[in-house]
Amino acid sequence: MSEPLLQVTDLVKHFPIKRGILIDREVDQVRAVDGISFSIEPGQTLGLVGESGSGKSTACRAVLQLIKPSSGSVRFEGEEIAGSSRRQMRPLRRQMQMIFQDPYASLNPRKRVGQIVGDPLKRQGVASGADLRKRVQELLERVGLSSEHYNRFPHEFSGGQRQRIGIARALALRPKLVIADEPVSALDVSIQAQIINLLDDLQDELGLTYLFVAHDIGVVRHISDRIAVMNKGKIVEEGSADQVCEQPRDEYTKKLLAAVPVPDPREARERQKATLGRQ
Amino acid sequence: MSAAPILAVEGLRVGFATEGGLLQAVDGVSFQVNPGEVLAIVGESGSGKSVTAQTIMGLTRSKNARIEGSVRFEGEELVEASDATLRRLRGDRIAMVFQDPMTSFNPVQRIGRQIVEAMEAHRGDLAKGEARTRTIELFEAVGIPEAERRVDDYPHEFSGGMRQRAMIAMALALEPEVLIADEPTTALDVTIQAQILRLLEDLNRERGLATILITHDLGVVAEVADRVLVMYAGKVVEEGTLEEIFYDPQHPYTWGLLGSLTRLDCPRPVRLPQISGVPPSLLELPQGCAFRPRCPHEFDKCTQVPGLEPRLTEAPEHCDRCWLTPEQKRAKRRVAGQIGLEAPAP
Repeated sequence: MSEPLLQVTDLVKHFPIKRGILIDREVDQVRAVDGISFSIEPGQTLGLVGESGSGKSTACRAVLQLIKPSSGSVRFEGEEIAGSSRRQMRPLRRQMQMIFQDPYASLNPRKRVGQIVGDPLKRQGVASGADLRKRVQELLERVGLSSEHYNRFPHEFSGGQRQRIGIARALALRPKLVIADEPVSALDVSIQAQIINLLDDLQDELGLTYLFVAHDIGVVRHISDRIAVMNKGKIVEEGSADQVCEQPRDEYTKKLLAAVPVPDPREARERQKATLGRQ
Repeated sequence: MSAAPILAVEGLRVGFATEGGLLQAVDGVSFQVNPGEVLAIVGESGSGKSVTAQTIMGLTRSKNARIEGSVRFEGEELVEASDATLRRLRGDRIAMVFQDPMTSFNPVQRIGRQIVEAMEAHRGDLAKGEARTRTIELFEAVGIPEAERRVDDYPHEFSGGMRQRAMIAMALALEPEVLIADEPTTALDVTIQAQILRLLEDLNRERGLATILITHDLGVVAEVADRVLVMYAGKVVEEGTLEEIFYDPQHPYTWGLLGSLTRLDCPRPVRLPQISGVPPSLLELPQGCAFRPRCPHEFDKCTQVPGLEPRLTEAPEHCDRCWLTPEQKRAKRRVAGQIGLEAPAP
C-alpha cells in the first residue's frame, strides 16, 4: 500500500451554541463532525455520503482548513495541516482545490469566465499576460467548453456549463486533491452523467485524487473506489464502493440504501411488498 | 379508461412574450387524469412541466402570457374562467404542493395559522376552533409528531421534511379532488422522501385523489406513478403506462434518461451512458424534432416534427414523437446500450 495523499485522524468540529445578552455563555455544542478518520491514496476516490446535517460539508471544509477544526489531525502528503494559519496554507492551496454544489452561487456574476478561471493562476503567480490567457483557454477546452467562452459572463451559461467553469477553476493550479461537495446535485439528470464522466476522465488523465461528497448514493457508488457513510457527525461505515452498497453492515447504511428509489417499476413493487410485510 | 377523467387538458399552449420574442414554454400538451390515479410528468428544466402544472392552477396568467387550449376540471373550463372562479377552486378542489418547502410558507406567521386561514377562506361556515382541530388531525395524518404543539411553531422551527409534510397537510386541508405536486421530494433526504412518497400513495388509494406528480427523478416515478408523460422543450415526446415507459420506451430521449441513471441494483458501468449536448433554448428551437441535435439516431426525416402518435399495434395508448419504426427502435436502443432495463419476459 502506498502512502496516503490525505490522512484524516479523529477530526472534530464542534460549533458552540451561545446564549445570553451581555455575556455569551456557551450552553451547548453542535457536534457537526465528531471524530472522523479516513485516508485516501493517490489517484483514488473516496465517496462521502450522508443526509443533510450529517456533517459531510463541514468535514470538507475542516479538511481544507476553510474552518478551523476543533481537534484532530489532517495530514496531506504526510505533513500536518490542521491548525495551519492562512499564510501557511497558501502554498498548499495549489495542491488541494474544491468544486462547489451550486454553480449559480459559486461564480462571481460580475467577472468574466476568463477572470474566474485565471484568478487562481494569477494569485499564485503561476502565469500572467498572454501565457495566462492561453492556459485558461486550454482549461476551458479541456472541460468541454470552448476557448471563445473566455470573455463571457456566468449568466450566459446553463447550470451544467457553469459547473464545468467551476471544474476548470479548480483544476487551474493542477491540484493533487480535489474535494467536490455535491458537484452534480443541482444539475439535470442528463447533465449529471456528463459531469460525472468528465470528472472520471480528468482523474484518469491528470492522476487526480477525489474526495467526492454527495447525498446521492447511486452517484457516489459510480465514481468512488471506497465509500464512507456519515451520520450525525460520525463515519458509521467505510468500505469498497461495491461492498458498502451490496453488503452493508451498518444499520444506518442499510436504511439509507433501502430508501433510495429503484428506477424499475417491478422491483420497486417487490420492495414495497417486502417493506409492508415487515411492518 | 373506465372512470371519467376529473381533469382533462387539451392542446394546451403557453407562451411568454420576452425581449427575445415569444417563448413557447408549453406547446400543445394534452392529457387526462382519473380519480385515484398518479400521472407523472417527467422532464428536465425548461421542458415545460412546471409551467403546465401552474397553468392548470391559473398561476401563469399575466399580461405577457399567451395561453391557448383547454383545461377542464369536472367539465368546467379553467383557461377562460374568471379569477374569482379559480380562487374558489384553488386550494379547495385542486391543490398544489411546491418544490421548495423553505420558501412556500410565510416566515412570520405560525404554520398552523396559515393552514387555518386557508380553510376559513374557503369554508366560511366552519365553527370556531374547528379548523384548528382539523389542522392538528391533518398534521397527525401526514406524520408530524406532537402535532398539537407543533401547529403553533413558526416555519423556521420545522425541518425541511416537516415543512414538506406541513405543505401536504395544507394541500389536503380542504380534501381536494386533484393534487398537483411539483417536485415534492426533490429538496428532501432519501429517507424522508420515501416516507412522503408512501404518504402520497396512501392518500391516493384511500381518498381517490387524482395526482399529477411533476419530477425529474425516474426512481420516484417508478415507485408511485401509474402513467407517465415525458416532456422535452415544451412538447410531450412520449406517453404511456409506467410499464410501457420503463420496459418498452420508444423515444430516444426516454432511452437517454433511463440510461443515464446511476443504479444501485445493477453492476456499475465503466462509463455512465450520457445524453450529449444541452436542451435547446426555447427561443431558438431546432427545425423539426427538438431532440434532433442531441439524438444519436437522427436521420433526414427528423427535420420535420413527428406527431405524438401510437406506433405500436399492441399498445394503442402508448404514444411517442419519433420517426423511427418500432423495429428500428428496438434494434437501436439495444445496440446503443442506453437502456437500463430489459423488457420483462412475456
